[in-house]
Amino acid sequence: MKKTKKIIALLLTLVLAVTAFTACGGSSESEDTKKESSNKEVYRTLDEIKEDGTIKIGVFSDKNPFGYVDEDGNYQGYDVYFAERLAKDLGVKVEYVSTEAANRVEYLKTGKVDVILANFTVTKERAEEVDFALPYMKVALGVVSPDDKLITDPDDLNGKKLIVAKGTTAETYFEENYPDVELVKFDQYTEAYNALLDGRGDALSTDNTEVLAWALQNDGYSVGIPSLGNTDTIAPAVSKGNDTLKDWINKEIESLADEEFFHKDYKETLEPVYGKEVDIDSVVVEGGKVEE
Amino acid sequence: MQDLGIRVLFMGNNFERLLIGLWVTIKISLISVILSILFGILLGMVMTLKNPITRAVSKIYLEFIRIMPQLVLLFLVYFGLTKSFGINLSGELSAVIVFTLWGTAEMGDLVRSALISIPKHQYESGAALGLSGIQIYRYIIIPQTLRRLIPLAINLTTRMIKTTSLIVLIGVIEVMKVAQQIIEANRYTVPDSALWIYGTIFFLYFIVCWPISLLATRLEKRWKN
Repeated sequence: MKKTKKIIALLLTLVLAVTAFTACGGSSESEDTKKESSNKEVYRTLDEIKEDGTIKIGVFSDKNPFGYVDEDGNYQGYDVYFAERLAKDLGVKVEYVSTEAANRVEYLKTGKVDVILANFTVTKERAEEVDFALPYMKVALGVVSPDDKLITDPDDLNGKKLIVAKGTTAETYFEENYPDVELVKFDQYTEAYNALLDGRGDALSTDNTEVLAWALQNDGYSVGIPSLGNTDTIAPAVSKGNDTLKDWINKEIESLADEEFFHKDYKETLEPVYGKEVDIDSVVVEGGKVEE
Repeated sequence: MQDLGIRVLFMGNNFERLLIGLWVTIKISLISVILSILFGILLGMVMTLKNPITRAVSKIYLEFIRIMPQLVLLFLVYFGLTKSFGINLSGELSAVIVFTLWGTAEMGDLVRSALISIPKHQYESGAALGLSGIQIYRYIIIPQTLRRLIPLAINLTTRMIKTTSLIVLIGVIEVMKVAQQIIEANRYTVPDSALWIYGTIFFLYFIVCWPISLLATRLEKRWKN
C-alpha cells in the first residue's frame, strides 16, 4: 500500500511538472506560431476573396431583427441586408456563418470568416483583437414612460423613480450624471418591465433599441427620450491587419451614404419592429459619420 | 388555431428545417458513439493491464478529458488547432473528434470497471477446464462483461446525443439552434411559440433516444442466460 501511495504521489508531481512546463512552453510556442501565421496570414485579402468568388460573413442567426433566419431558411435582418449589399458590390456570392456573441472574436482571429456583421459593438478591448471598419449603427440609452406622464427630458426625472436593470450602462450612467434620480433596480429585464407596468416607478431606462421595441408592443407607453448618454457604435469587423478588406468596406460605407442606404435598410428591417415614430437618425449611421 | 403558437411549426419549411437539424445531431452523435465504443473497448482492455506505463498514460488521458468541459475541448479543436498549427477542420469534423475523445475516455473506464468486476475464479475455472487465454475471453469473460456494460453504455450514448447541443458554438447548426432561430424569427409576431417549439424538440429527442433504450432492454433480456 505504502509503495502504491508513493508511486501515485510521484506520478502526480510528474503530471504537475509536465503541465507546468507545457503551459510555459505552450505560450512561447503559440507566440512563435502567431508570428509564423501572421506571415502566412490567417485572413484572406480582398483579391483572394474576389478570386474565390465567395465571401464568408459571420452573422447572428437568432437575433431578430438584426440577424435571424426566416421560415424559409433564409438569413434576414438589418445586418444581413447590409451583408447582401457588400457581396453584391464586391461581385461575389455570400456564405453566411452563424455566430454567437461568445465566439465572434475567435472566428476572426482564426480567419474562419472574412467579416463579422453581428451587431458588433465597438469597444477598446475588442479593437485590440480585431479591426473595426466604419460604424453603420449606434446604440444609446432610451427612457420609456407612460403616455399620460411622458418624460421627455432627463432633468424631469429628478426626485422621481427610474427603473433600471442591474449591471447595465443605464445604471452607471444615471448614478454618475443624475444623482438626484431615485433608481429602482432589478436583476432581470422582465421584472423591470413588470415593475413599470405595475407603476412601481415613473420610467424605465435601458438600451434604446430595447425600449423602442417594448413600447411598440405595450399600448399607453412611449419612448420620451430616444437617445441619451454615451453613444456606442456598431461596425463591421475584419481580422487584425486585413487592411485591403477593411479599406474597401470603409469606401463602400462612405459611398453608400449618397443613396442613404442605411435609412432604406432601417425601413426594410427595423421599422416593422420599432414603429414609425422613432427618429431614424437616433439609430442609423450614414457614411460612418457619428454626430456627437 | 390561428393564435396558437404551434402554427409556427408549419410556416414555410420550419418543420423540415428542424428535421434537418435533427439529422445533423443524429449523424454526429452516432458516428461518435460507434467510434467511442470501438476505441473505448480497446482502451478499457489496455487499462486493465498491469504495465505501469500504459496505466499512467491511460489514467492521465482519462482524467484530462474528464476534467475538461466539453465546450473547452470543442474550442481547442476547432479554433485552437487553426490558431496554433494552421489546421482548418470543419465544425462537424471537430465535433466528431471531440465527442469521440470524450466518449472513448468514458467508455474505456466503463469497460475497465466491467472487466475487473468479473471475479478472478472465472478466469481460473476457465484455465482449469483447459481453455486457452483467447477462449477464456471469448466464452467466459466477454459475454459477462457485455451484459454488465449495456446499461452503462446506453446511459453514455443518450448523454452524448443530448450534449451535441453544444456544437452550435463552433458553428454547426443542429436541432437546438434551429429551434432558437425559429423562436427568435417569430419573437414579435408569435411570442408564445417558444413553448410549442421546445415541446416539439422534446419529442424529437425522445424519438431518437427511446429506440436505443428499447434495444438495450431487449439485449439485456436476451443475454440473461
